[in-house]
Amino acid sequence: MNATEWVPRLRRGVRLDFDAVRRSAVALFPEGVLLLNPTAEAVLRACDGTRTVARIVDRLGEHYAGVRVEDVVAVLRGLAERDIVERETT
Amino acid sequence: MTAAAPFGLLAELTHRCPLHCPYCSNPLELVGRARELDTAQWRSVFTQARELGVLQVHMSGGEPLARRDLPDLVEHASGLGCYVNLVTSGVGLTEQRMAELAGCGVEHVQLSVQAADPARADEIAGTRVTAHKRAAAAAVHAVGLPLTVNVVLHRRNLDQVAEIIALAEELGAQRLELANTQYYGWALRNRDALMPTRAQLAAAEPVVRAARDRLAGRMEVIHVIADYHEEYPKPCMHGWGARQLTVAPDGAVLPCPSAHVIENLTFDTVTDRPLADIWYESEAFTAYRGEDWMRDPCRSCPRRAVDFGGCRCQAYLLTGAAENTDPVCSLSPHHDVVRQAVPETSVEVPFRMRALPVVR
Repeated sequence: MNATEWVPRLRRGVRLDFDAVRRSAVALFPEGVLLLNPTAEAVLRACDGTRTVARIVDRLGEHYAGVRVEDVVAVLRGLAERDIVERETT
Repeated sequence: MTAAAPFGLLAELTHRCPLHCPYCSNPLELVGRARELDTAQWRSVFTQARELGVLQVHMSGGEPLARRDLPDLVEHASGLGCYVNLVTSGVGLTEQRMAELAGCGVEHVQLSVQAADPARADEIAGTRVTAHKRAAAAAVHAVGLPLTVNVVLHRRNLDQVAEIIALAEELGAQRLELANTQYYGWALRNRDALMPTRAQLAAAEPVVRAARDRLAGRMEVIHVIADYHEEYPKPCMHGWGARQLTVAPDGAVLPCPSAHVIENLTFDTVTDRPLADIWYESEAFTAYRGEDWMRDPCRSCPRRAVDFGGCRCQAYLLTGAAENTDPVCSLSPHHDVVRQAVPETSVEVPFRMRALPVVR
């Protein structure tokens, strides 16, 4: 499957939040906490379960300059490794 | 050294439990109901924990459902922004109770499973549990929450690990944690009955690996190894007082659920001292934080940043000093005490079941 057609979804049990103590965006999930940098946060917030990677890149492009498909895919695959996002299915 | 803020709080709300598992992580001297923190005190613990940086609250025990104020406590912790895990035996987790708890903010449920077949599960739990597990799993699915099945592995159930994995699939688990027994408290008392042979572990390993590959993307399989059989120790708690704290039913604050075994430490309680003070300043939390406390071989070992010298409780229990290298490590001068505990052949030894002391 072409990675741009992937529809990334947050795994069940994942919640995005802001930690006022650390002043950081966080992903909370079964047994874990991940502090999110602004890029990872923007990508995760764009994952609504219906958008393809191509549409996520377009959407991020409305707010940020120089958004590249390969960078977004790399962020999503990293988040899939951490079980924040469901894995790409073949 | 300056400590970082903790991420997780294991809240042992009570030691009361309908199960009697011989490897229970609760201390040998269980806290009775009369000494448990009350609702207001637990709420204060959660408020202070969130201010300190805690984002994950594990509502545990004993059996947390034994606390009638559990919905109130969940609602409070969740309202602070914490992610709330319910760690349960499933006994008493009806559809109605699960719905109430989910409404209060539980986001994930960890359900213990003792064995694959009812007879063995009942023997290990010391009571009839199987029907409760199925009902509890169904109740979790009914509210749409993710489910983790937790299984403690040992001599009496390692041979059925394939069936245990199949049961977890049947129960609809999103995660399956297969954790070999860690030997503290009750498990250390039952070590001769629980410790698997090398042959048993070797037989289970490929079964778990194959299941992990087969189930990738559907059910995450986490395998916690049997550390007595390893060359190097586990990175226990990611270091002492580094990421998580435990509050016992009576309010004692511990760096890990087993830390009470270290008799030369005194543990402050939330009724005597603010939680942040305990985390950053107390004798118990600063004792083995960082690396300054280390002796050789840890002190000069390049792995000290990988495993932090292993487990302080295990070092204390097996060598008499928590500052020693965890004797699981092959570099430890005390490593023989671990090697000698691993049996060549499997002999049936009776369990000494967990029980509350008789209250007069």
